[in-house]
Amino acid sequence: MRVALFVTCVNDTLYPRTGQAVVTLLERLGVEVDFPAAQTCCGQPQYNTGYRRETEPLAHRYADTFRGYDHIVVPSGSCAAMVRDNYPRLGARAAAEGRGRGLADAAASVVPRTYELTEFLVDVLGVTDVGAYYPHTVTYHPTCHGLRLLRLGDRPLTLLRKVRGLRLLELEGAEECCGFGGTFAVKNAAVSAAMGTDKARAITATGADAVCTVDNSCQLHIGGTLARQGSAVRPVHLAEILASTEGTEGKAL
Amino acid sequence: MTRIPLGMPTPPGAAPAFPAAAARSTQDATLRENLRHATHTIRAKRAAAVAELSDWAELRAAGAAIKDHTLRHLDHYLEQAEAAVTAAGGQVHWAADAAEAQAIVTRLVRDTGEREVVKVKSMATQEIGLNEALAAAGITAYETDLAELIVQLGNDLPSHILVPAIHRNRAEIRDIFREHMARWGRPAPDGLTDEPAELAEAARLHLREKFLSAKVAISGANFLVAETGTLVVVESEGNGRMCLTLPETLISVVGIEKVIPAWRDLEVFLQLLPRSSTAERMNPYTSMWTGTSHGDGPAAFHLVLLDNGRTDALADQVGRQALRCIRCSACLNVCPVYERAGGHAYGSAYPGPIGAILTPQLRGTASALDASLPYASSLCGACYEVCPVAIDIPEILVRLRERVVEGGAVTIRGTRAVIRPAKGHAAERAAMRAARWTFDHPRALRAGQRLVSRTRRLHPRRLAGPGRAWSDTRELPEVPPESFREWWQRTRGPQGTA
Ligand code: SF4
Repeated sequence: MRVALFVTCVNDTLYPRTGQAVVTLLERLGVEVDFPAAQTCCGQPQYNTGYRRETEPLAHRYADTFRGYDHIVVPSGSCAAMVRDNYPRLGARAAAEGRGRGLADAAASVVPRTYELTEFLVDVLGVTDVGAYYPHTVTYHPTCHGLRLLRLGDRPLTLLRKVRGLRLLELEGAEECCGFGGTFAVKNAAVSAAMGTDKARAITATGADAVCTVDNSCQLHIGGTLARQGSAVRPVHLAEILASTEGTEGKAL
Repeated sequence: MTRIPLGMPTPPGAAPAFPAAAARSTQDATLRENLRHATHTIRAKRAAAVAELSDWAELRAAGAAIKDHTLRHLDHYLEQAEAAVTAAGGQVHWAADAAEAQAIVTRLVRDTGEREVVKVKSMATQEIGLNEALAAAGITAYETDLAELIVQLGNDLPSHILVPAIHRNRAEIRDIFREHMARWGRPAPDGLTDEPAELAEAARLHLREKFLSAKVAISGANFLVAETGTLVVVESEGNGRMCLTLPETLISVVGIEKVIPAWRDLEVFLQLLPRSSTAERMNPYTSMWTGTSHGDGPAAFHLVLLDNGRTDALADQVGRQALRCIRCSACLNVCPVYERAGGHAYGSAYPGPIGAILTPQLRGTASALDASLPYASSLCGACYEVCPVAIDIPEILVRLRERVVEGGAVTIRGTRAVIRPAKGHAAERAAMRAARWTFDHPRALRAGQRLVSRTRRLHPRRLAGPGRAWSDTRELPEVPPESFREWWQRTRGPQGTA
């Protein structure tokens, strides 16, 4: 089984410890993981802002980079959804415009091999107890693309419930968007901030030590809002919790 | 607080773009509270009403399939409907755009010699600004839906498809009734309080006068059944039923996408619509009429079939899904952006997610407002999830964003045209290109990451320029000393070629 990590550009640049956590976790589970260095960005910022043509080379790059791997593991619901939901659309549009089936074929080749981290753990490896230890209270915010596009369902919560020492606290209005939305956060800053403020308040009200998601781009917004509000709750990626063990606990918080 | 003066549709070009309007409305604490309360209540009720049906997914798929089939053969079903309505004693008029529809209705009212009409709540007549056109011709139109009445008396604009006065609370409604009812007819009773029962009674007394004296009524329709030419209006209050039965002349303005092939298809929509809109198993009043019947109901019936950009939308393979819409407003009620920005920020009769995809297709993307609507969403997908006819609203939003920034082929009034990218996106386009170039050159990406990491102690905590939109309300993330890429390279040895 050849497994590649698609770390995503946000994690690569701003949250390297999330990528490191994925590597630690997968190696602990006996999976050898590779990081093909030709990878960059899935193209979601371009695509969702309307720059479809600018997205196409990045979709090609993704398909080329991960050719030959059985599984591509993505620690981001949003980027995994970009590949699975939108690459086929990009391919179909290009074909409909008479520009050949190249992109459609590239999309078809990566869609079935691309997994968000919790899907890979639960569906491919078949594990829900990854042997993690994390002695903190945690609330979970299901990010929109994981929730509604990938239909991650209760995979993340199932994994969290098996973490020793972790106490899960329910988040009110959990399924409401945090207001990040990529360029939405800047183009409609007032509404985005209002959504973020409400989400951050709900998170703080749980009294948890940490808020966990499967998307660091949403955490950028949630964490930034929490910090500005002076909240003590820390944003943490699910991979970092799952990577924690007795020896390392606390490091991720 | 100030309200936008009456005048629908808001003239594109003059209206502020969505972000500016929404930045103002999000600061309005009363509005935020009214909307939060109303949308959360109906949201929960809808979820419960939908959960009752084990075959909701199948119903939803059937609704989408029936609409898609009808839209594919729209010419056929419209002609069938026209023939059936005509055979049943009605007259059918075709309106290519708002101006034509206004002119037809104005002429029809004038021909009756009346100067007053009563109106059934209708989105199509809001869309074409019919009340204003009639007023300019010296004809007064009285809204009879309770929420529309509140909006009309308050010289306000609707802010929701189903509950046009959703932005008003009880105390505000009491004040509007007390202050303005007298000018339009029977005044509010003395000592009116904000008790819902008292407010409803005041409206009932005020409206009864209108129902009993009106000779002409104007309506829309939820459905037009092609096989028999039957029109269908569903409602909760019964005020529509009064208008549809008491006057001598009935004029119905109906979007061409409202046609469905057969009565059998109604079975699907009469389940989907009430549960999605009011969270009811069945709406209290369903009125159906076919042409005219001797001695029963209006003696004259006119059907005005309205295009107004719909066939242009039909030409777009992605955007055409929007024409399935049955105006249930479930997407508004679940939308976190609508909840905070309010309906007026969308500058159209159609607010919320459906407005963000429909308005730019019906009006185009030339004005600053219309070009900003496709961006009025975080693409969270909650709207798609609740839509009873499975309109993939996020997909259409992205499609329309592409139309805004890249231009391309569109259909305008039936003619294929190539539009240029909207103005004001030059800097963004350059940034997107630069980002794409960097992402297509991993070495450059790595060099950039290194630079950012090495200078991380120098980064400001708040940004200037466009970045302020971020750092005004959010802390910036700490830049790590080393990217993942660097860490991998350092700890796992050279891999790949970057
Ligand atoms: S788009 Fe769908 S959810 Fe929104 S009003 Fe139309 S039918 Fe209802």
